[in-house]
Amino acid sequence: MTLKIAVSCVNCSACEAECPNEAISAAEGIYVIDPTKCTECIGFHDDPQCALICPVEETCIVDESYPRYQPAA
Amino acid sequence: MDLSEHEVAAAAAKAGATAEEIMQKMAEHKGCETNSDGGKKASCGTAAGENDLAPEIWEKVKNHPCYSEEAHHHYARMHVAVAPACNIQCNYCNRKYDCANESRPGVVSERLTPEQAAKKVLAVASTIPQMTVLGIAGPGDPLANPEKTFKTFDLIAKTAPDIKLCLSTNGLTLPDHVDTIAKYNVDHVTITVNMVDADVGAKIYPWIFYKHKRYTGREAAQILTDRQMQGLEMLTARGILSKINSVMIPGVNDQHLVEVNRAVKSRGAFLHNIMPLISAAEHGTVFGLTGQRGPTAQELKRLQDSCEGEMNMMRHCRQCRADAVGLLGEDRSAEFTTEKIMEMDVNYDLATRQAYQAKVEEERLAVSGAKASELQILAGVESDIKILIAVATKGSGRINEHFGHAAEFQIYELSTGKGAHFIGHRRVDLYCQGGYGEEDALETVIRAIKDCHAVFVAKIGGCPKKDLLAAGIEAVDEFAHEFIEKSAITYFKRYLEGVKDGSIVHVEKGDAEIRPGEVAVDVAAVAAE
Ligand code: SF4
Ligand code: SF4
Ligand code: SF4
Repeated sequence: MTLKIAVSCVNCSACEAECPNEAISAAEGIYVIDPTKCTECIGFHDDPQCALICPVEETCIVDESYPRYQPAA
Repeated sequence: MDLSEHEVAAAAAKAGATAEEIMQKMAEHKGCETNSDGGKKASCGTAAGENDLAPEIWEKVKNHPCYSEEAHHHYARMHVAVAPACNIQCNYCNRKYDCANESRPGVVSERLTPEQAAKKVLAVASTIPQMTVLGIAGPGDPLANPEKTFKTFDLIAKTAPDIKLCLSTNGLTLPDHVDTIAKYNVDHVTITVNMVDADVGAKIYPWIFYKHKRYTGREAAQILTDRQMQGLEMLTARGILSKINSVMIPGVNDQHLVEVNRAVKSRGAFLHNIMPLISAAEHGTVFGLTGQRGPTAQELKRLQDSCEGEMNMMRHCRQCRADAVGLLGEDRSAEFTTEKIMEMDVNYDLATRQAYQAKVEEERLAVSGAKASELQILAGVESDIKILIAVATKGSGRINEHFGHAAEFQIYELSTGKGAHFIGHRRVDLYCQGGYGEEDALETVIRAIKDCHAVFVAKIGGCPKKDLLAAGIEAVDEFAHEFIEKSAITYFKRYLEGVKDGSIVHVEKGDAEIRPGEVAVDVAAVAAE
């Protein structure tokens, strides 16, 4: 899995600076998470940083369409 | 088009030469000397010295429109919206809009990169020579965006070194940045402090994001208040002026703000600015949705009056938007959109700015002169009567705005003890534009100033004049283009004489409504000796 950003994003940019993987960037209308870079913050923090700092609830959410991130052994 | 290194260097070189001299001159002008104008004294102390601020503090703030009530008539400030992120959540804020601590609710500023911001500052400074202060206040928390904030300061310090820098913060990360703040010579920092007690804080802040974790409830509030107080102490230790903003939330922190005042004062804050909560369901904030009300104009004033005696009062703050440009109360941001700025050919001419500012100083001296003679008008008159008046002004301390064009009114309290005492602003603009008929607009103005006995204007039509009178507010246009204080006192003296000989019946006026984006009560915390 990875996280994704819902359309409720208000473009505050807060998540961008917190991502340890530089997976987040501004895009058309809202911010987006690059699913190939997001590790759900595993290996860095206990919880996904983007979801913790995002001012809009239910905006940085789990994207079920990807398999769970597997940390390299 | 980006700001080239070349432009930067050229402007910087040009700037260095005479800034010192001019500042020196300005300082001399403000000194305690007799004014040649008719032998009247340009008073030191109250009129020129802005209440009783310590001289070294007055020296720092006297030309700063957000800190000096007198300067705000003459000098302009601008904000650049380079800092969109925030690291806490306030119950009166909806992050769809700008930070509610520093702006009116529901405002969205155009966000800029630091490079765009630097160009904008040069463009504005060249167009508005009395622009002396650049602030970063959002649209989120400037210190939650440290790279963008400090990069902007860095660029401006190089291109326009005569401009003062300031910033506003919720304080959470302040202790981490005090050294950088000192490095960029930022001389004023505003911290929003709504509580010093975690139980109160838990009702205001649902969560904070701190050291990679989200904290809620009392724990969040405790961390926040500890960090705010630590940051304040660090600023004081480095001689950086700190002002405290508090949002007055009836039933939540209104009583508690007295304690906040004590806490910040003892840590060296020089000014405490209490702003009314502005809350409406359509803002989509927690307080808006729960129906938490804001204070009325009289509740605010009572709080301020109860603090008076112990503290200095400054009350001209207008919760400006994060991209505001111009004199306080005026917004010229539409002239400086990113698109327009990027096309502008900016010529940062320090000499012109200084020549203009020298003129402004002359005008200021004239106003102080008028202020000094004002009290003599009232000499020997004593009365317990106090009345409020509303004034339509475009600045320069004069009554120079048409009633119908006024976006806000300045409110003065008149008494024999203190003469004409500035107490705040009432905004009316939002309600006079678009969608509202003429009559509705007038209704709104009346509601906003109905605690006033008179409104002073440069000009007014016969119809509104009649309607105002029906609401018990006299429209006074005989002092058009004259100095506010002097005119007000002349009027007040006549009023008192009228009451004495029975031709005027004095009536106490009721309360007035606080409209979005309006007023604030500034309570100086006075730096501890
Ligand atoms: S979950 Fe962590 S790694 Fe993934 S986008 Fe959010 S901050 Fe970046
Ligand atoms: S923190 Fe949330 S609202 Fe802000 S940019 Fe990221 S996803 Fe959007
Ligand atoms: S600090 Fe400002 S931007 Fe952040 S939540 Fe509070 S009011 Fe909003």
